[in-house]
Amino acid sequence: MAAVMSQSAPPAAASRLLLSGNEAVARAVWESGVRVAAAYPGTPATEIIESVARYPDLYAEWSVNEKVSMEVALGASMTGARAFCAMKHVGLNVASDCLMTMTITGAYGGLVIAVADDVGMSSSQNEQDSRFWARFAHIPMLEPADSQEAYEMTKFAFGLSEQYETPVLLRLTTRICHVKGLVTVGEREAHEPAGFVKNPQRWVMVPAHAKARLPGLFQRDETLRAVSETTPLNILEAGANRSVGFVTSGPAYMHVKEAFPDAPVLKLGLSFPWPPEKVRELAAMCDKLVVVEETEKLLETEIKAAGIACHGKDVLPSIGELSPQVLTPAVDRLLGKPVPPPAPAAAPPKVFPRPPTLCASCPHMGMYYTLSQIKNIIVTGDIGCYTLGAGHPWNALDTTICMGATMGVALGIDKGRGAVDKNKRILAVIGDSTFMHMGMQGLLDITYNHGNITVLLLDNNTTGMTGGQATPASGKDIHGKEAPKVDLFKIVEALGVPNERIQVVDPYELPKLFKAVREEIKIEGPSVIIARRPCVLIDEFKPFRPYLVEEDKCTGCGNCVEVGCPAIHVTHRDKVIKPSGKEVELAFVSIDSQACTGCGLCVQPCAPDAIQHVPRRDIPIHIVKATSSS
Amino acid sequence: MSANEITNILVCGIGGQGVMTATEILAEAAIAEGHDVKKTEVAGMAQRGGVVTSHLRFGRKVLSPQIEPGTVQVLLGFEGAEALRWSHYLKPDGLALVNNAKLVPPVVELGLFDYPVDPTGQMRAAGHRVVSFDAMTIARDLGEIRLGNTVMLGAIADYLPFAPDVLLACIDKRFARKGEKVVEANRQAFAAGREAVAKQLAASPA
Repeated sequence: MAAVMSQSAPPAAASRLLLSGNEAVARAVWESGVRVAAAYPGTPATEIIESVARYPDLYAEWSVNEKVSMEVALGASMTGARAFCAMKHVGLNVASDCLMTMTITGAYGGLVIAVADDVGMSSSQNEQDSRFWARFAHIPMLEPADSQEAYEMTKFAFGLSEQYETPVLLRLTTRICHVKGLVTVGEREAHEPAGFVKNPQRWVMVPAHAKARLPGLFQRDETLRAVSETTPLNILEAGANRSVGFVTSGPAYMHVKEAFPDAPVLKLGLSFPWPPEKVRELAAMCDKLVVVEETEKLLETEIKAAGIACHGKDVLPSIGELSPQVLTPAVDRLLGKPVPPPAPAAAPPKVFPRPPTLCASCPHMGMYYTLSQIKNIIVTGDIGCYTLGAGHPWNALDTTICMGATMGVALGIDKGRGAVDKNKRILAVIGDSTFMHMGMQGLLDITYNHGNITVLLLDNNTTGMTGGQATPASGKDIHGKEAPKVDLFKIVEALGVPNERIQVVDPYELPKLFKAVREEIKIEGPSVIIARRPCVLIDEFKPFRPYLVEEDKCTGCGNCVEVGCPAIHVTHRDKVIKPSGKEVELAFVSIDSQACTGCGLCVQPCAPDAIQHVPRRDIPIHIVKATSSS
Repeated sequence: MSANEITNILVCGIGGQGVMTATEILAEAAIAEGHDVKKTEVAGMAQRGGVVTSHLRFGRKVLSPQIEPGTVQVLLGFEGAEALRWSHYLKPDGLALVNNAKLVPPVVELGLFDYPVDPTGQMRAAGHRVVSFDAMTIARDLGEIRLGNTVMLGAIADYLPFAPDVLLACIDKRFARKGEKVVEANRQAFAAGREAVAKQLAASPA
């Protein structure tokens, strides 16, 4: 969580700061006089609101999900306040119900929605192109190409929103959000809300009212198309070498300039509605026109539909990030230039994969180790750190779709299964933050419809994967200050799970966890096991005395390796032939006592008691400090 | 360096090693020298013990934030196998400065994959210039394992297109709040990193 700005004193105007795209958007949100900013964490957009929350004189919140964050922003806009919400691409799917109607009401106070596409999929379940939403919802879209533009376009967006009474989409990608560049910043401008005005024809979207406003959407498209022809955000750069020209937007522009510095380029900052006359002007000045867009063939299709010949996805990939390395050979081939084969030295060396893992002492390990030991089960999963349970050594998740899907998918498997799956037990895994985001409704569906599911609610007191953000169940707000703490047990009970079918267990206590899971999967009907332990990366986690392996006692059984802790290392391997004639592989281990925080999960399956506490004199100083302060 | 030349520095390691912070300080030094700077950060799942790289590009005007394979002047590797993983990003005459740390992931412990026997040797065999050293031992000898990052910055200090003191000043600034003792310890770590690389290069030119 990169933080360059102090809580109390934002850097003065005209300072040049090294800011990520996320931090640049946050700065501009603050400078624009925004009064309300809301978001649910999601990579790569998380740091926007984290950064906004460090500025004074505005309200910022972690919302329970993206739809609510958008509704909060819309409500603020109705009062005339400037409002902002931020989300990752899949978050906009969740919020789209609000989006598709608020485009009809329009904005009153400036209303900007930042949506960050995870192009290249560094931390998402899909790769989708949020530019479609602009078309679908008839909302203008701005696409910055670096941090400075992210800052400038965010400020521009609030003015555009108010002038045309429209929400504005700010499309970011991972290469904007997580790239730092120099940004010249300004001062905050005051923006007092004009006040809420009762106007049912505008704010009460019943059919008669909405119908009357629909023509306005199409008129707005045309008005903004005219703006798009003249705005300085859409720049036509006439290049010296006119064999090929490019239409592009966002970070792809930087790749085009890097690869073809002398080519004419139409850079679209206001990418929807895009300016047809400007594209025609560019097409007329160059021999070939190439549309460079990440990821879908969208602009290209629309440009072709406008009767302008162009290339695009016939030469460029539709999947993953573009780069000069991708662009140069593709365009050279189109121009009939010789393309040299890649040099053998440029081939990446073969190195083992290093997938993300659960942390040492991660409470999820206890649950996944348990699930990996139980046969004849189907386990549906969800989105969060605990998705890593699908990996080695646990291989304990069978599905992951989208936030909250674990519940519905589990119920569907339960209702849909035939004779072949009849004897299998169905479990649904979900985290605390995800449960409150979108999982609660699914659980209600399970109880209401007599689902035979055991839900494993992994309560680590935070939103883990995005870096430890507060939730309604963590008792803290976005500033880390005390907030009402919701009781997950009571929610589960209120959703219809019988009190006696809700168990709260400590995932560090394997025997109890095993017993609870075995008990609940045997019983017909819905049940919930709340496995409660704080994430090791948050303040609430207190480390214990670490362990070591007594070498002479280790028999190489490898049971502890199956727990999956990254602090356990195999020192050497061996093979023995058992009396039965069966060959058994042995793995002798050690524990990295600097990384171990003493959860004890590996101690429990160790048959020869080879895992013991480190002597007191050898306890690492960071653990001595942490345990003595608790 | 010509007016338009871009310096590409690739810093790599695994989540939690301090790759991003080190690159941030390098970026600050480049800014202090009046360069335009772009620096990528890999976040999200990478923080869970996964692969972390940070691309640092600086010069008169930087466009694309991404470094292309075969264009890195200096590769700063916080871990042996990770340095090998990204070694194809080096220019033919580029230099790799590699901490000898060996961090073995669970997939290797489980016997599913092998850790390379000699990552830096493999890089040398592929024709790269490599200097390897043990930043953690150097830090421990100075009395504080957390100085490892500053040892790494010391290691790269003489291979940047500006004076080592520019980088040192940025390190001083970062630790100034923590008092003179901490600043002095970091100055020692910085000097030790410079010396470790210089000694190696004198003994056997990479």
